[in-house]
Order: sequence, then C-alpha cells, then structure tokens
Amino acid sequence: MTATIPVPADSSPPPVDGVSITVDGVPMTVPKGTMIIRAAEQIGVEVPRFCDHPLLDPVAACRMCLVEIEGQGKPQPACAVAASEGMSVKTQRTSEMAELAQRGVMEFLLINHPLDCPVCDKGGECPLQNQAMEHGRSESRFDLEKRHFDKPINLSAQILLDRERCVSCARCTRFSEQIAGDPLIELFERGSKQQVGIAEDRPFDSYFSGNTVQVCPVGALTSSQYRFRSRPFDLVSVPTVCEHCSSGCGLRTDVRRSTVLRRLAWDTPEVNEEWNCDKGRFAFAHAATPEFDTPLVRGDDGILHAATWPEALERVAEGLADARGRSAVLTGGRLTLEDSLAYSKFARAVLGTDDVDFRARPHSTEEADFLASVVAGSGLGVTYDQLENAPVVVLAGLDPEEESPIVFLRLRKAARKRQLPIASIAAWATPGLGKMFGTLLPTAPGAEGEALSALARGGDTLGSDGRRIAALLNEPGAVILVGERLATCTGALSAAAALAHTTGARLAWIPRRAGERGAVEAGLLPGLLPGGRSLADAQSRAEVAAAWGVSVDDLPTKVGREVDAIVEAARAGAYNALVVAGVDPFDTRRPDDVIAALEAVPFLVSIEVRPSAVTEFADVVLPVSTITQRAGTFVDWEGRTRVFGQVFRTSLALTDARVLAMIADELDRPVGRQDVAGMRKEAAALAPSGSGRREVPSVAASSVSASSGQAVVSTWHHLLDEGTLQRGDDDLAATARTAVARVSAATARAAGLTDFVTLSTDAGSLDLPVVVTDMPDGVVWLPTNSHNSNVRRVLGVDHGAIVSLASGGGA
Amino acid sequence: MGELPQVVRGFGTTFVTMFKHVNTEQYPEAKDKFPPKPRFHGRHQLNRHPDGLEKCVGCELCAWACPADAIYVEGADNNDIARFSPGERYGRVYQINYLRCIFCGLCIEACPTRALTMTHDFELADNGREKLIFEKADLLAPMLPGMLKPPHAMAPGTTAKDYYEGTVRGATPEQIADAEAQANPEPVVIEGVVFLDSEVTQ
Repeated sequence: MTATIPVPADSSPPPVDGVSITVDGVPMTVPKGTMIIRAAEQIGVEVPRFCDHPLLDPVAACRMCLVEIEGQGKPQPACAVAASEGMSVKTQRTSEMAELAQRGVMEFLLINHPLDCPVCDKGGECPLQNQAMEHGRSESRFDLEKRHFDKPINLSAQILLDRERCVSCARCTRFSEQIAGDPLIELFERGSKQQVGIAEDRPFDSYFSGNTVQVCPVGALTSSQYRFRSRPFDLVSVPTVCEHCSSGCGLRTDVRRSTVLRRLAWDTPEVNEEWNCDKGRFAFAHAATPEFDTPLVRGDDGILHAATWPEALERVAEGLADARGRSAVLTGGRLTLEDSLAYSKFARAVLGTDDVDFRARPHSTEEADFLASVVAGSGLGVTYDQLENAPVVVLAGLDPEEESPIVFLRLRKAARKRQLPIASIAAWATPGLGKMFGTLLPTAPGAEGEALSALARGGDTLGSDGRRIAALLNEPGAVILVGERLATCTGALSAAAALAHTTGARLAWIPRRAGERGAVEAGLLPGLLPGGRSLADAQSRAEVAAAWGVSVDDLPTKVGREVDAIVEAARAGAYNALVVAGVDPFDTRRPDDVIAALEAVPFLVSIEVRPSAVTEFADVVLPVSTITQRAGTFVDWEGRTRVFGQVFRTSLALTDARVLAMIADELDRPVGRQDVAGMRKEAAALAPSGSGRREVPSVAASSVSASSGQAVVSTWHHLLDEGTLQRGDDDLAATARTAVARVSAATARAAGLTDFVTLSTDAGSLDLPVVVTDMPDGVVWLPTNSHNSNVRRVLGVDHGAIVSLASGGGA
Repeated sequence: MGELPQVVRGFGTTFVTMFKHVNTEQYPEAKDKFPPKPRFHGRHQLNRHPDGLEKCVGCELCAWACPADAIYVEGADNNDIARFSPGERYGRVYQINYLRCIFCGLCIEACPTRALTMTHDFELADNGREKLIFEKADLLAPMLPGMLKPPHAMAPGTTAKDYYEGTVRGATPEQIADAEAQANPEPVVIEGVVFLDSEVTQ
C-alpha cells in the first residue's frame, strides 16, 4: 500500500493501478482493491471495527464499520467495499448517516453482551469496551433478559470460550480456516443463538490456537494459562524473541512482579507477521525459576555442594589447568549468538582445542562441511518474503508445521493466495503438507539424496510431479529448504547443494533450535571459525586472532572432532576435561554413549540453567541466567539477527559469555569482560570476510533397505512433545498430537500388524498404535520425542536406522 | 510595692487556667464520646455475602482507580474444590498499603460488587512499615451469625446473579452440612490401610 496522502493537485500521475477517491473530503490515490477502511487509516481516520483484520479475508460480519458512500442509499461496510475510481466516502467524522448507523450497530452488539467486564480478562484492553465508550450510548435502553450460555466451555485444554461475550465477528474461525488451516472451530446456529463451537469429538488442538485469543476483539476466547491472572495496567511489556525454534518470532513478554504472565505475538511483518505458534506463546514456564542458586562443586565425598563463585572458579581453573589441547567443548543448539561466540573463543584461544561442536543431536561430517561451506557466513539468505514469492519451494527432510511453524504459515499463505507449488521429499504426506496444498515426492528414509539428484536430472524418475517440480526449479527465485534430519541421510545435503548449483535455485537450511544458526555463524563446529572462516586457512586464523586479541599461535591448527568422535575420545580417555553447556544427552543418537563419556572424563564442567542429566556427573556446575534474565541475539534460519533485551533487568544472573570470561581470567588467559555489548562488537569485528570458505561437500548418496520383519525408521519431532523447554505447562501438553506409528498397508500386512506395533532395537522397544498410511513399503514413521515415543532415548537410533517390527499387545 | 517574683506569676497563670473551660478532648480515654462522622473514610473492609462468601471478584478496578497506587490485587479461578466467591473469579491476593493510601475513596466508587467499603477505624499507626501493608486476611469483614467461612459451595440452586440481587440470606443447611463433610472427611481405605483424605492428597 503506497498511498500518497494527501495528493496535491499537480502531483505526479497516480500509479497505473491506482484509483482516486476522497475520504472525508480528503483526495487520495490508493492501489486498486484497497478496502475503504484501509484507505481511511492512511489519513488517520479510524473507522470502528471488530471483524476487520488486515491479514484475514474481509467478511463484514460485525457491521460496525458502516460508512456513507456518495450515491449509495444505504451505509456500506468499509472493511469489505473496495475503493473504486471517483468514490467519495464519508466516515462517522463527516456523515451523520454513518455516525447514526455505527451507534445503532453498537447498541445491537451490546444487547446480548453480558455486563461482566469486571471478571473478564479482556477488561482494560478490549476493543469492544473502548469503542463502546467512543461510539456507544452512555445508558442502555435494553432492560430485558439477556441471552445466556454456560460459561466458560473448553474448546481445547488450553482455549476457553465464553459464548455470551462473543460478537460473532468470525475472526477466530477465519484465522483457523485461512491462516492456520485447522478449521476445527466454526460458527453454528443463527441470530442471537449464533455461537462458536467445535465438533463433539474434535477439540481445537491446533498448533496456532493461541492466536485466536489474541485476535478476539472481546473476551470470548481466553487461555487457561492467563485466565484471571492480571490486568493490562499491571503488566510491563518487553519485546522479546522466541527461544524455541529457528523461526525468529518477535514476541511481547508481559511481566508482573518478576513473573512472566503471558506472551503474545509481536507484529513483525518481515518475520512472523502477527502470528506465532502455541509453543512460543504458552511454553515459557521453563524460564520461570532458575533452579541453581549458587555454583556447585563436587566434594571429596562425591556429592555436589553449594559453593561461592570464587571457590567454584578456582576449582574450574585447577581442573582445566592441564587440559590445554586435551579438552573439548559441547554446547547445545540453544545459545544466543553472543554466547556461541564466547564458547568458540574459549575453546580455541583458552583451551587451545578445536574439539567443539554444537550439534548435540544426530549429525554427520557431511553436515559439518555443508554448514561450513553453504550456511556459515552467508548472511541474510532466503527470506520469508522470498519464500512467499518463489515460483516453487522444495522441502527436503523438513516438515515446517512441526519444525518451523512460521515458515509453514508463510508457505500456506503463498499456496493459498497465489498457488505456490510446494513439494516435499519425505516418507508421507503430513497434515501440514496437505494444508500447504503441497505435492509429496514419496521417499524412503535414506533415499532423500537420490530424490534430490533425480530432481537435478529433470525429475523423470519421480513421475509427473517430479518433472513439473524439476522444471519449476529452474525458474529464478526457486527455493530449496533443507531440514535438520538430512544430516542423517548420507549424500542428501551434498545432493541439495548440487541441485541448487545446477538449477540456480536458492538453498536454505532450517534447523529446529533457535541457537543453531547462530552457533554456525560463531564457528561452533570443528574446523570452522566465526564468520564462515576455515581453521585450516592461515589468513582466516590471523583475522580471528586479531579480533579476539590473542596471538595467532594460541589458536589450534589441527581440525578437531565432532560430537560423536568427542564422545568416543572421551570414553577412550583422550581428554583431561570437558566443558558442557545446554546439552541434553537424550537428544543425541546414542544417549548411553554420551552418558558413559560424561562419566569417564576426569573433569567435567557443566554450565547450565537447571539440573540436567549432565549435572549428575559434573565436577563443577556453574549456573547461568535464563532467557528472561539475559539480553542477546538469535540468528533465525534466514540469517536475520533477532536482537532481544533483558526482561528482568534487575537480574544479577550471569550469561555464559561472562562466566567463560571469569574462567579465562582465573586461568590467566584473559579474554576481556565479555558482556553483551562487548560480544556484539566482537561479532561485528568477525563479520564474514570471504576468506577461507570450505569446499561444498560431494558425498555420494546411499540408501538403506530393510529385510523382512524390519523397517527403516523415518522420524521427526512433533512441535509439542517432551522437550525440556516445554515442561511445566500441562494444558499445552494436552493439546499435543498423539504418537502413532505409521506404516504402509503392505508393510503392516507383511509384519502382521493390527492395532499395535512393537518396534525394537538392541537398546529397547516401543509400543505404539498403528496407523496405516500411504507411504513407501518397509518404512515406519514415528515422532522422535513424544509421549510413549522417545526414539533416541529408548531405541537408541534415529532417522534412517533399521528396527524390528512385531505385532504389539497394546500399551 | 515590690514585684512578685517571676516564678510565682508564672504559676499564677497555670492556676487560673485550671478553672477555665477546656476545649480539647482526651484521647484515647474519651474517644467514644465523639465518633467519626457517618461518611468518614477510615480503614477499608472487604465485605461478605450473607452466607460468608466473599464479595470481591478480584477485578482490580480498585487498584486501577487508586491515585496513590496503594492497592495490589491478583485474581484467580474459583473451582469446585475451593470456592471463595460466587461466580468464576475471586481475589486471591488483596493488599492495601496504608503507607500510601490517602483515603480518597475512589476505590470504593470503583468497586462493582460493593465488596470494598470503608469503616470508621482510623487508628492506623504501627511501629513497622511492613505491618502497614494489610493483607486480605486483615481486611476481610468479620464472620457474622449465619455466615459460613469460605471456601464453600454456593447456596444450592443459586447463581452469582442471585447473590448480587440479595436473594441469598445466609448459609443454608446444605452448605453447612457440605462444609462439615469437607472438614471431617470420611477416611479413605487403600489396601487395608486407613488414610485421612488430607494425607492421601499430600
């Protein structure tokens, strides 16, 4: 929308598709198709409205925005009438007719609206309350009995509905149907009985249900989490960035008296628009209380004792004194960019080791090479807007609805508005793919590389869909999105890079965790220095040493080990010390091996927010601040830096970077103060210079196949599952999808599966209900970390591995 | 004639005053003689419905109206296990800071349920600042005859509207029996071992 306001008589001619109208006597030019309500906003005239929302299709359900259009006898809804050439609109400011119409509608809306503002959560931030003050009567003329419903009723465990308050604006139902693609709520009945409802046996378990609470213009929809908790004037709102996935959503965190009470989506047009997912909205209990009050040091009695910071740092310095070159650093994927940079520097400059890796999850050397060559230092790559305008998007090893919900919303928007062709290389057509109107290129786990290569060759082996997608990939602006699990498919990332090279399509990597892209930029991978520089390159080493203020001789020259190799080396006694931060052993492919390594290493430092599986083996535990106590930066999957401030500004808890600086001081190898501002300066100094880029990997694709009685595992995470950061919210967990095992009809028949299947490996077995799905034979899909389906923890395998199938007795 | 010494003249003034009319009253000995005026703004009180349920719904309008930021309220859900007020919502936390309160009475005007009123109690002095932050327990009206201490259920067959319209006159026998049953729970027997209800839930 590029209206020029107001247009002087002799201005440049209006754009080709512009129309000239006057609103309240002010002449203006707006693009064709602009609704009157939007045009009026451009000259600062707010027409009252409830159902209108700029991101939802117009419906003119509430009738509040009636305005007078010259030449038309009756008032018209400004939200649903597009401006046309020569139109003269009079709003309530200049037209008595519009003013009267709006007052009349307001009176009708209030007839059945209960007078329960004092107990309503919307009170104080309610569009109905505000507009009733502005456009309503001061006294009600209606003295009959109002309409009554039972209040409230559950639409899902998390979302509650008070039907008496509803003004039938249909924002919630339109959001669910149009934006989220989960039409689980609908308007039923007519007249004063009209109400929002769900089907009897299908609760409103949408991943995006929380948005309906935010867009509801009255207090009809509330969340069980925030119900009756607070009033808007109690709250201090802080703009923050979501710490869950790599979508990089802008959020508004509302705080009262050192407690986070709710989180809302922050209007961020370039990223999450006005939406977010329920995980980002409701799962913040994890940050409520840091569970370590003081550092802990393991005493001679083998028990962790509370200690002061000087005592703990002294113990760390003792333990790390003889560990230079014989130590490793493992960080999870949830660090801020500042902290990732600090670990990168600490490992190289202080510990003199390159054995540093953030990938506490299934990974491969091919993935490290791919990240170092394609992702690291590539800056802002494919953006959300480019996704929306691409000629085609190919998803390889990625289910956006489960792994990056805002990418899903953008893709669905583009598919709905402009028929964006989307193809998914996966084992089965997920509900998310259906909502994006996407095409499945059915691919068994492990065969992803082959499928990508087939697309590069024109897609002939993938049928007519494959040929169509392959042709579209050659158009400028085509996008290939690769997900986390391609790391476990040999040759797949190489094939994706090759496909991008052949077709000219753009390639983006979408990790699952918020800190992973930042960790890549910070060089938390063996052989990779910050800004995409290579450790093997002398010039890169010199640049980094200069930025870090250390001698280039202090940096290691030998390329280090990856997580799996670090774990092996630790078990073999290759290390004197291990520094572990934010790692959950049960996220890795072989949790038992990781735990054995933690047990075997002589000195283990755990830098953590809360007790974890690592704490049990740690010699020293150094507590760090929660996400609400620190400022920082996440780098989202686009490569966009998403800076956020401290929610609790009086917190004295330390960031990882500050703790590392204190350890470095204690070791007499100072690295500076490492506060947030300092680390941001350092990040700027380490901006990619283009030197020392690694070669793009070219690993040949290979595939796995299962013999009879066995199947290849295909697995990825559900959005809502048993992740550490989702603990503490039972109502949210109750809306999670149920874990099922999916197999093809032939596989089910061959293994004799009926209702339940038992999947087993050497490590353990899982019992899950079977759902027969249209997918390749010899493949079984199950969620990675859901209730009753902890693939890595119980089976000790991951995507692409082989498990035995047997008919199960039921859990 | 010689002057009287200064000290004698001084005592003379004192002596004469002893026989003049006294304008001041003795506090606290004679405070009952002059009670505050009917609309005096004294310490607040959180009122109860006739059956003992609290009138406060935790809406925070008092806190919103307060020009001195002296009131702090947190609302919460009533549920079937613990009901403190009729309707869905009650005030879980209610604090008035009398170090800040200016006794303007705007909170009373704002209260939609007449839960908050002001008493004639003006003796609000103490020897510690924290003692002048009154909690809900300090502000709640005393239990009168016919009242039952919450939490307890609403009178059978009534809605929140009946309470506001004043049709509930006192605790019914059902409510009393219900509360007694809750106070003296039937023992629960699990595998031959007898537990009291409170122990089972712990």
